[in-house]
Amino acid sequence: MSEITPELVRHLAGLARIEVSDAEVAQFASQLALIVDSVATVKAAVNDEIPATSHPIPMANVFREDIVKPSLTQAQALSGAADSESGRFKVSAILDEE
Amino acid sequence: MSLLNKSASELAAMLGSKEISSVELTKAQLDNIDKLNPKINSYLTVTHELALEQARQVDELRAKGEKLSALAGVPIAVKDNLTTIGVETTAGSNILKGWVPPYNATVVEKILSHRMPILGKTNLDEFAMGSSTENSAYGPSLNPWDLTRTPGGSGGGSSSAVASMQAPLAIGSDTGGSIRFPASVTGTVGVKPTYGAVSRYGLIALGSSLDQIGPVTRNVMDAAMLQDAIAGHDEMDATSLPESLGSMTEAAKNDSVKGLKIGIIKELTGEGFQAGVSERFQEALDLLVASGAEIVEVSCPSFQYAIAAYYLIQPAEASSNLARFDSVRFGLRVMPEGPATVEKVMAATREAGFGPEVKRRIILGTYALSSGYYDAYYGSAQKVRTLIQADLAKAFEKADVLVSPTAPTTAFKLGEKQEDPLAMYLNDIATIPANLAGVPGMSLPVGLAKEDNLPVGAQFLAPARQDARLYKVGAVLEKLLEEKWSKRMLDFAPELKVN
Amino acid sequence: MAKDQLMDYQKALESYEVVIGLEVHVELNTNTKMFCGCANVFGDEPNTNVCPNCLGFPGAMPAVNGKAIENSIKIGLALDCEIAATGRFARKNYFYPDLAKNFQTSQYDEPIAFNGKIDIEVPSGKVFTVEIERAHMEEDAGKLTHVGGSTGRIQGAEFSLVDFNRAGVPLVEIVTKPIYGSGDEAPELAAAYVRSIREIVKNLGVSDARMERGNVRCDANVSIRPKGQEKLGTRTETKNVNSLRSIERAVKYEIQRQAHLLSQGTAIIQETRHWHEDRGATSSGRPKSDADDYRYFPEPDLVPVQPSKEWIEQLRATLPEKPAIRRKRLQDLWGFSDLEFRDVVNSDLLDEIDDTVKAGAKPQAARKWWTGELARIANSEDKDIAELSITPTQVAQIAELVESGKLTDRLAREVLTGVLAGEGDPAEIVAKRGLEVVSDDGALLAAIDKVLAEQPDVLEKIREGKLQAAGAVIGAVMKAMAGSADAARVRELVIQRATEL
Repeated sequence: MSEITPELVRHLAGLARIEVSDAEVAQFASQLALIVDSVATVKAAVNDEIPATSHPIPMANVFREDIVKPSLTQAQALSGAADSESGRFKVSAILDEE
Repeated sequence: MSLLNKSASELAAMLGSKEISSVELTKAQLDNIDKLNPKINSYLTVTHELALEQARQVDELRAKGEKLSALAGVPIAVKDNLTTIGVETTAGSNILKGWVPPYNATVVEKILSHRMPILGKTNLDEFAMGSSTENSAYGPSLNPWDLTRTPGGSGGGSSSAVASMQAPLAIGSDTGGSIRFPASVTGTVGVKPTYGAVSRYGLIALGSSLDQIGPVTRNVMDAAMLQDAIAGHDEMDATSLPESLGSMTEAAKNDSVKGLKIGIIKELTGEGFQAGVSERFQEALDLLVASGAEIVEVSCPSFQYAIAAYYLIQPAEASSNLARFDSVRFGLRVMPEGPATVEKVMAATREAGFGPEVKRRIILGTYALSSGYYDAYYGSAQKVRTLIQADLAKAFEKADVLVSPTAPTTAFKLGEKQEDPLAMYLNDIATIPANLAGVPGMSLPVGLAKEDNLPVGAQFLAPARQDARLYKVGAVLEKLLEEKWSKRMLDFAPELKVN
Repeated sequence: MAKDQLMDYQKALESYEVVIGLEVHVELNTNTKMFCGCANVFGDEPNTNVCPNCLGFPGAMPAVNGKAIENSIKIGLALDCEIAATGRFARKNYFYPDLAKNFQTSQYDEPIAFNGKIDIEVPSGKVFTVEIERAHMEEDAGKLTHVGGSTGRIQGAEFSLVDFNRAGVPLVEIVTKPIYGSGDEAPELAAAYVRSIREIVKNLGVSDARMERGNVRCDANVSIRPKGQEKLGTRTETKNVNSLRSIERAVKYEIQRQAHLLSQGTAIIQETRHWHEDRGATSSGRPKSDADDYRYFPEPDLVPVQPSKEWIEQLRATLPEKPAIRRKRLQDLWGFSDLEFRDVVNSDLLDEIDDTVKAGAKPQAARKWWTGELARIANSEDKDIAELSITPTQVAQIAELVESGKLTDRLAREVLTGVLAGEGDPAEIVAKRGLEVVSDDGALLAAIDKVLAEQPDVLEKIREGKLQAAGAVIGAVMKAMAGSADAARVRELVIQRATEL
């Protein structure tokens, strides 16, 4: 229960790029603590020998041919954009360099 | 019986014999929507013009003697998390308010190619996260059986539409029960096909390894015909099954359950289930036994971890799937207070655009994947999945299909489960295992609970790729019940008074 | 921004051991992108080679390009890697405006190829075996343009524009294991390694391998530790090194910068740095913080890649020669001395010369033109040789014209300039400018006779054996022939004619 602190919630919200208010942080912290407690049972249910299943129906090697397909037009691509300029999506200045 | 009460297969037959036209039918349907939707809020968008235009076209083709598919001309509703060209697609969220996709989901392409007029986009919990539509940014849908109750979720819009004669049938999506649970609380039929049977291309993803698209209908035959219409391999979906699963329509013509072994899942019976639900469930089984089926008891001990595993895997995948809603290329953009950097704009947009349940799950999912916690949470949950598949495989050695009540209770009241997020999650106890394992499941109505006269659903599960078994047993059970009632399930529904 | 202080290079190498690690991204030249059928081309109008997938639209799903898988396996095989029995795609989650889905579909703990090696020869002749940790597949991000600042860079920009044409282009990331013991040759080794990778992918035909186009990109990790210390030093990662020369310079710079800091007792910050070619320096980027928590998990929308043994062997059989073997073969074939050959390799002209020889030129001539005149011109224009507008075939044509005596060396250089200026093929330029050496003795003799007739005293002197006098005649004849005569031949003929007359 103590795992989910407000600091952790802020950190996670930051990773997820969601601005959260102080009230939300407190609320999420307590709600998530409850949830995390209940889901933590999974750890006890398994061991190292059990393999993980990431795909419910096993399949492999699904590829497509290297053949060009029609693209969207520039207008279609930009149709939902909040802002665009000279055919490109426009965003506010970037703070951090990746 | 009014036109609006007929099943899709009946309507298809009438269209085929030209007893009615698609325009007539579609118009009647749209009129009923206009009458009821303001109250029930099944639809977020009603596409009057488009639907009538599509209806006109199919009538023309039929007049010319063109060969048309079985469901051609039957109008249909589409859950609003499937992309539709030229028609607003919101996923029940503010962050996509006003978004008009430039491409169709594959299943939408398919129903258009089958010439089924699209009536509109139905309501859902935001991004399909929820069991009641109370998480929709556009208000909840109401249960036609009792307007103070929810029609289930996330696909409550589709289920309420079909149950209130605002659509003969609908397409929905199911990640943890979002088709099946609403079906059980509205007296309709809902099927989640085998994972990969229906293409997910164009489905706004929630839990990519769990999501599947399926039919929401009034009877088993309609569901069969619709599943046949939308299923099939799609090269745009790398997880779609390469092979066809055969004809569900043929399977739904089955009239015998002699020798069928039905496994009752021990962990999905007993105290946690509303008495009236268990009663109707048991009666349905008795009918099947009387018809020659055999009941065996099976145990799936790993089911006790199913909800926990699900509420780790689904939020984890969702946290990643929903990262794309960042104001850059589509959707809401909210400017922050003070100087704007793109990071701040993203954060302000997502804060404003996502509802609390969505935020909660994104944060939970981020946690489950984060470094240092992956093994304990997401990693462990994926292992629980292996256990669940193993338990089901063992159970299917003893039985052809497995059965349980679809949900522990009948429809709950609006607001009843809003305080405690965990309480809402427990609804899914019987439906979640199918998504974790990828196996198909069908919910069909088995009567009304005596406590509250509200619909009860029974859920059948089949092994992966054996969807046909669901239709075989479902068709027989439905017939037995309708014979017993001398009515159809929806005939029991109270008359809707909307002013 | 304060200027870094650098320790003298040799001094740094006396006290510290260098460890480097190289990450090279290779852009594949497939027809389509990694996860969708949009065209993989450079230079089109923005946002015209895009679709719901590479734009990260709601509901979109990836579909794997089979050719990219094939190419990735080939790269792995060429690097002596083991090819994974099961390779899986994974999501690398982080937010950035050029990342359409705000995650990159990449590979994490199950890359397509791993545990390889490659022998790299440095200019001194020493050979290092560089071990390859892994090669994995991933997709490229879109292109950001920063507007409003003074430098066109992020700092001070008012806003940015995003073009997703490049988003989704297939990349193969090749990561070396830490490279120890390169000593003061670390910079050369880094450059030579990337050069070899370029050669490999170019010869495999899987990439255009042009660094100036971003087809091959390098991030250089550098750390140093005091001699004798076991614990590895803190490493920095330098990005934006766009040429082999930059790689060498950046690695050297980091060694010197870190050595100075350590010698002052200052700790090295683990961070990403950017190389500035104009300043010849690295600068601090953002310190690695939560960007490190990429929350990798298996991509649920894609199924595993399990290449069959048969397929792998089939692809192995199509591999071209390893660079080391190819180089030995070519050196033997061309008969270059070690010094000559090394010069060619270090100038990155191996392919050009190979192509020129294949187009018919003599090896030494090809070498002379590329490492001589063309290198000089590229240098003077501050360009990469690869950017010059001339093809190996054209160079071969010029060499042939000289070889056959149709052009003098001097005229050939004129033709070269003409080709570079876009005037056309060598033959066209020769014709247009009338540069062909007059090899017709008749015409020469006529001109000579004319001059001799006009200068009887010179004729006398030549007959007397004062051959220097011939110079005036030669000069006059050359002038009359507008330079299109071979001076040596004219001299021969003048002397011969003088005795005849």
